[in-house]
Amino acid sequence: MTGEMPTVESDSSAVPGTENDLVASVIDGFDGATVTEHATASSATVYHQVSVSVDDWVSVVRKAKNAGFDAFVDLYAVDHFAQAPRYEVGVNLISMENNQRIIISTRVPYDDATVPTLTGVFVGANFYEREAYDLIGIDFPGHPDLTRILLPDEWVGHPLRKDSSVGAIPVQFKAGSVDL
Amino acid sequence: MTDTTDTESAPVEELESDQDPSAPEMSVADQRRATHDMWVSGTEDTYPFAAATDEGAQEMLPQADDPGASMQAGIAVDDDYTSEVLVDPDERQIINMGPQHPSTHGVLRLHLELEGETVRRVKPIIGYLHTGMEKTAETLTYAQGGTNVTRMDYLAPFHNELAYSLTVEQLLGLEVPARASAIRVLMTELNRVASHLLWAATQGMDIGALSMMIYGWREREICLDFFEKTTGLRMNHNYIRPGGVAADLPDGWQDDVTNLIAVVSAGIGEYEELLNENPIFLDRTMGVGVITPQECKEYGVTGPMARASGVDWDLRKAAPYCGIDQYDFDVPLGRHGDVHDRYTVRMEEMRQSLHIAGQIVETIPSGDYRAEDRKVTPPPRKRIDESMEALIHHFKLFTEGINVPEGTAYQSVEGPRGELGCLIVSKGGTRPWRMHWRAPSFAAVQALPVMMTDSLLADVVASLASADPVLGDVDR
Amino acid sequence: MAGVAAEPGFLMTTLEKGVNWARTQSMWPASFGLACCAIEMMGTGAAHNDLARFGMEVFRASPRQADLMIVAGRVSQKMAPVLRQVYDQMAEPKWVLSMGACASSGGMFNNYALVQGVDQVVPVDMYVPGCPPGPQSLIHGILSLQQLIMDGEIRNSTGVV
Ligand code: SF4
Repeated sequence: MTGEMPTVESDSSAVPGTENDLVASVIDGFDGATVTEHATASSATVYHQVSVSVDDWVSVVRKAKNAGFDAFVDLYAVDHFAQAPRYEVGVNLISMENNQRIIISTRVPYDDATVPTLTGVFVGANFYEREAYDLIGIDFPGHPDLTRILLPDEWVGHPLRKDSSVGAIPVQFKAGSVDL
Repeated sequence: MTDTTDTESAPVEELESDQDPSAPEMSVADQRRATHDMWVSGTEDTYPFAAATDEGAQEMLPQADDPGASMQAGIAVDDDYTSEVLVDPDERQIINMGPQHPSTHGVLRLHLELEGETVRRVKPIIGYLHTGMEKTAETLTYAQGGTNVTRMDYLAPFHNELAYSLTVEQLLGLEVPARASAIRVLMTELNRVASHLLWAATQGMDIGALSMMIYGWREREICLDFFEKTTGLRMNHNYIRPGGVAADLPDGWQDDVTNLIAVVSAGIGEYEELLNENPIFLDRTMGVGVITPQECKEYGVTGPMARASGVDWDLRKAAPYCGIDQYDFDVPLGRHGDVHDRYTVRMEEMRQSLHIAGQIVETIPSGDYRAEDRKVTPPPRKRIDESMEALIHHFKLFTEGINVPEGTAYQSVEGPRGELGCLIVSKGGTRPWRMHWRAPSFAAVQALPVMMTDSLLADVVASLASADPVLGDVDR
Repeated sequence: MAGVAAEPGFLMTTLEKGVNWARTQSMWPASFGLACCAIEMMGTGAAHNDLARFGMEVFRASPRQADLMIVAGRVSQKMAPVLRQVYDQMAEPKWVLSMGACASSGGMFNNYALVQGVDQVVPVDMYVPGCPPGPQSLIHGILSLQQLIMDGEIRNSTGVV
């Protein structure tokens, strides 16, 4: 992806729009995987966003790890609300050797908001999946310890869902004196 | 060594074998939640505060029931000089440290399972500073967002603002003028110095070098004075904004920065004189809290912590932002991944940041300090009195905000604690649909058990301080 | 202190003033640092601003040794019970100083996660505005609190004794 990366050898890529060998090799053989290229603030670098189906989720991430994207950076969840499938879960990996970044994401519907856990691939997914469970309410079957992480255990609901309100309460004016 | 491998494999097996006869359809997580419900209903007649200040299922449970905590233990490395298991696991005790503890750097809570003075398992419990900033961000316009994000990692406010502004600019497709970029680099690098100074102060204090505490604050105050002069605030500046920066550098800033560089460089020399050959400091830091490069990658640990382990990865070099690649600087690397290497790496990073700041003083381009795009940056104050159009732009910008097209953008910068990333999902309009932050401290806290397992209780504090977590960043 | 008598060797005051004076001049704060404000609170105690000038540099880690709780930062719903417990552990007489917009009113974060003002959990004697309040503001707040104690009657946290 830096300038010297040749972009012509994309003949093996079954997916249109991939001009990158490494990314193409990751999604090679997974039906329905799509790639978009995103610019970043540094003119020399881009990152690739790969969308896969939830059934391929763990295998794609494992393949990416074996292909060199071995540094776990981030795992996020988004509630798209009106757009079905409603939830998006993505994992952000980097390959330090090749200086490349890939975001692999998948979408799951409201009535089955489960994404298989990545803790078997990257141990570091542990806290991030707990956070996604806590705030958005995605279930990660297979996670060893899927409990709330940021909110107290008694909490009801998942505040970062779009149908959950901000929870603002009207400003209360309190009695007091001002020392001038 | 043997112990750690045991903890990794044993609980999972045991759980699976337990699971089948008793409650076959229950997942591990469900079991945890169920345990918690039982626990809460069983505590009615005990001390009333126990229920209130307890986190139930988030707590560390006995080893067999807690695969989550055991998973975090990492592989055994050579700092684990206390890996020999002496007593029966049943005789270990779990103690609680925090969330109100002077050396937890905020409101971190740790559960430590002790065998005598040896720490066998660690579980960080976080969330005591959860501020709901990602939710609040959805209700603020892009123009207001900077005020919110600058309060996340409150020791690196400029980095937060920079990551946020770059992400918004990415969505807008906006270029900022060269001077604005140079000012951004100047401020973020000085912020790195201020943050590392505070780290040096607290690291020193936590392992008993109290004078270090006083010195670190003394030099940090000079940085804060310059920030205050430039931005009007000592912390939480909201100075770097989408489209550029809020104001140009103040008159005489070259002298201020030159003076700052001289004073802080002298200060760093002083600290090294104080610490580098101090036998107590060396004993307390060398070989303590080791994390391997492989573990850094697995756990998402970045920044000085990963570089101290020898992971050669700095976003300023790998994905340079704001033209930081024009300046000459080195990325210091450690070899052992222990507390002492983190100390040397951070000390050297401060020098390199000051070196960058010095180059900016000499080479800063003239020009505008923000982009001339009236849909993003406000018109100059003078124009508002003269031009109706400027008035309208100003009004629209501060009532409605910046209109950002639909899309997703992720942008990260090299914060003082590692990769600080901002992901914004926009569905059009003036407010982000979702803002997610990749917080470096979150990963660092997650990796704490790796550093602390099978080491001594006293080393817990040294490891924790060397990870330099900022709880505002962890909990957001 | 009250007036000095004409004869040397006498020092007269009311019991009330004596007790209050003793209480104000060595008030030990419990460090209750939560967020950004805590950094400024530590900065106030450090070299440049030197809270030791007012007899308050001894930040106690244990609430049982402290007289003043400086709540510095935002109090989350998860932290509130802990805050209350720490407050209850402090020995009488005790005071609470709420530092910063977040501790006083929730600040700019009016959302699900934050307690909208620490005064919903513990009684607050002094509010210091700012986000974060600079060391000067905090020192001013502390001095005002000392003045308040000095001028008032002998009291504990629940009222006059
Ligand atoms: S008042 Fe401001 S500085 Fe203080 S904790 Fe709240 S956001 Fe941070």
